[in-house]
Amino acid sequence: MKNNKSKFSKYLVSGVAALALAAGAAGSASAAENGKFRVGIVTFLSGPAAGPFGVPSANAAKVLVEELNKGNLPAPYDKIGINGAEIEAVIIDEAGGATKQVEEYRNLVQRQKVDAVIGYVSSGDCLAIAPVAEELKTFTIAYDCGTPRLFADNPDAAYMFRTGLDASVDNIGAVRYLAATRPDVTRLAGIQQNYSWGQDSWADFTAAASALLPEAEVVEEQFPKIYQGQYGAEISALSVKRPEIVHSSFWGGDMEALVLQANARGLLEDATGLLTCGEASFATYKDQAPNGMIIGARGPFGQFAPDNELNTWFEGVYQNAYDLEPVYPATKMAQAILGLKYAAENAGVADKEIPSAEQLAAAMKGATFESVSGTVEMARGNGHQAMQGITYGEYHYEDGVASIKNAVSFDGECVTPPEGVAAADWIADGFPGAKCN
Amino acid sequence: MRLDKTEISLGLIALACVLFGFVSPGWLIFLLTIALAKALVVQGVVMQMRSGLVSFGQGLFYCIGGYTVGMGGQFFGIHDAIAALSLGMFVAIVVAMLLGLLLTRYREIFFAMLSLAFSMILFGILVKSQELGSTDGFNVHDWTLFGWAPEAGAGSQHTVFTMTVVSGLIVAVLIHRYTKAGIGVICEAVRENEVRVEYLGLSPRWLLYGNYVAAAAVSALGGGLTALATGHVDPEMAYWTTSGEFVFIALLGGLGHVAAPFIAAIVFSFVRTYAIEFVPHTWQMILGFTLLAVIIFLPKGLWSLVSREKTGERA
Repeated sequence: MKNNKSKFSKYLVSGVAALALAAGAAGSASAAENGKFRVGIVTFLSGPAAGPFGVPSANAAKVLVEELNKGNLPAPYDKIGINGAEIEAVIIDEAGGATKQVEEYRNLVQRQKVDAVIGYVSSGDCLAIAPVAEELKTFTIAYDCGTPRLFADNPDAAYMFRTGLDASVDNIGAVRYLAATRPDVTRLAGIQQNYSWGQDSWADFTAAASALLPEAEVVEEQFPKIYQGQYGAEISALSVKRPEIVHSSFWGGDMEALVLQANARGLLEDATGLLTCGEASFATYKDQAPNGMIIGARGPFGQFAPDNELNTWFEGVYQNAYDLEPVYPATKMAQAILGLKYAAENAGVADKEIPSAEQLAAAMKGATFESVSGTVEMARGNGHQAMQGITYGEYHYEDGVASIKNAVSFDGECVTPPEGVAAADWIADGFPGAKCN
Repeated sequence: MRLDKTEISLGLIALACVLFGFVSPGWLIFLLTIALAKALVVQGVVMQMRSGLVSFGQGLFYCIGGYTVGMGGQFFGIHDAIAALSLGMFVAIVVAMLLGLLLTRYREIFFAMLSLAFSMILFGILVKSQELGSTDGFNVHDWTLFGWAPEAGAGSQHTVFTMTVVSGLIVAVLIHRYTKAGIGVICEAVRENEVRVEYLGLSPRWLLYGNYVAAAAVSALGGGLTALATGHVDPEMAYWTTSGEFVFIALLGGLGHVAAPFIAAIVFSFVRTYAIEFVPHTWQMILGFTLLAVIIFLPKGLWSLVSREKTGERA
């Protein structure tokens, strides 16, 4: 026995050492300095968020990187790759929770030696990554996550940026849309997934509604658990209260299930649905969603993106590659990549040179750049958070064609709290300083 | 105190690991820290497996450990890492002493499902606690060690790594002694035939109870170290997939030796991270096939690679 024990301790040592060495060797091999601009792209490739968000985003990244490397974009992005250097995208899966994402983020930066990271749909992942980005001094763009805590919890962030809007904008925008198009609604109801996203969305929506729609009262709220899929009981509970508006921050499969079931049960005939993430399934509703249902895209993205040259071009290549129109997560991914390109090309470095994270951050901070969604101002969060307007509109489906009607846009200054003010306080104080068109 | 050969070699490996930490790149240290911290939770699973109980809810104590460390710093001003980790273990022990009274009455699938249920209850509570960030969780930072604040970045990473290796060593030695002692051997007897153990005049229930509480403490330690290393805690720590991962690693390593969970956790982490890198769309499949291969070819886990050679030598 004794003999054997010293034997297997040897196996142990050699096994662990071999593994570690093998890993180290493999790591340094793939981190060769090849003059390419390496970008880590992190989004959901598996799990419930993959279909509605992750896959369209990853597809957008792939097609955009491909076209950028050919130099096919319209001005001002017609330079090849990023600052003349070819882009190499490293796409990884966001599934698996915050601990794993921190691990994979470190792997991206330290093992794969990426020059910048773009990613994160989940707010929990964004919050976990933000301090690590500062620690590793890596230029990082959050492209989709919505938590207002990102820069509130990290006020000194130097390397973390967000080109998407935070979730309070969605709900302030939604209330402004109601106030503009249906100022006399009195009965509001809501159904949210019972997790941070749903809870925060509903809190912002109800607070904004009490300020902008003083006549309205909340008649019912339901918080089914996420990925529940069956909403029979909740729909009944909502129906009996006869709401005029049913607000929901549902997304993905849950949202499609809710629309299908609520429509079949007649809830969406009596009440108007208001889906803050509704645009993500624009292509799949067909006739299963009622005409007149209000949908949003979390900003001027997807169907609500403006008719500019960049967006027309982007929709064209996306459609060519995947036979689908880009939904809002795809537009947001394109926006983040264009933001990175803008920062790199305005960092004051020579052609084909790859700027450092500090140079990228300095160029991005407070910048104003052109994007597929129009002009983006990095005007909040100390120059780290994008400010843009938001558009809501009604879904209509006639003769096999889906379209948006009665779209109303609100300026960034109209729906975004001023610098340093928390959304909840801003709403409670009655939106001081809001500039609406 | 006389150390046997396993303990000496464990000590040497731990020392080698700490030294290795000074020369290896940051990502590798982080990966090993998380793997070893998770291995502590797996030790808790394995302790119970040895006595015939499969816990599908070990994430409960992993999460308690992590959240206690996080909340200690955030709300109660406990910034000392050792104090916070000890508090996490204490809370886990108290919770386990209560839950254990109920859980040790059940065996097999009933135990597995009940342990899972308790873990999911904690998940549900955390998701509904908006002060704790609901599903987003919150950051864990500004911790110190005996009043000394390691510098952010590489410094604190090394400190957590060293703490994890040392905790791993202490836990491994204790568990090793426990399994070799009479009471540890009886755990296996409980798995084989509980009635006979009872006829020997011992109470399997209280044995399992002690086991359950000890496993909870070890798991909470792993959770606390994970929180310090990651700098973030979220309710996912108590979700059933996390607990499932611990069972996965336990099966991967096998029950053969106290070192098996550590090796399995490191192998698991490497397989996963390279699977994510090379096949980003199908990395879960690689993990699945790995487990399948281990179950088919090495039913007693990776450790049977070592013990198989042993029998060969004897012959």
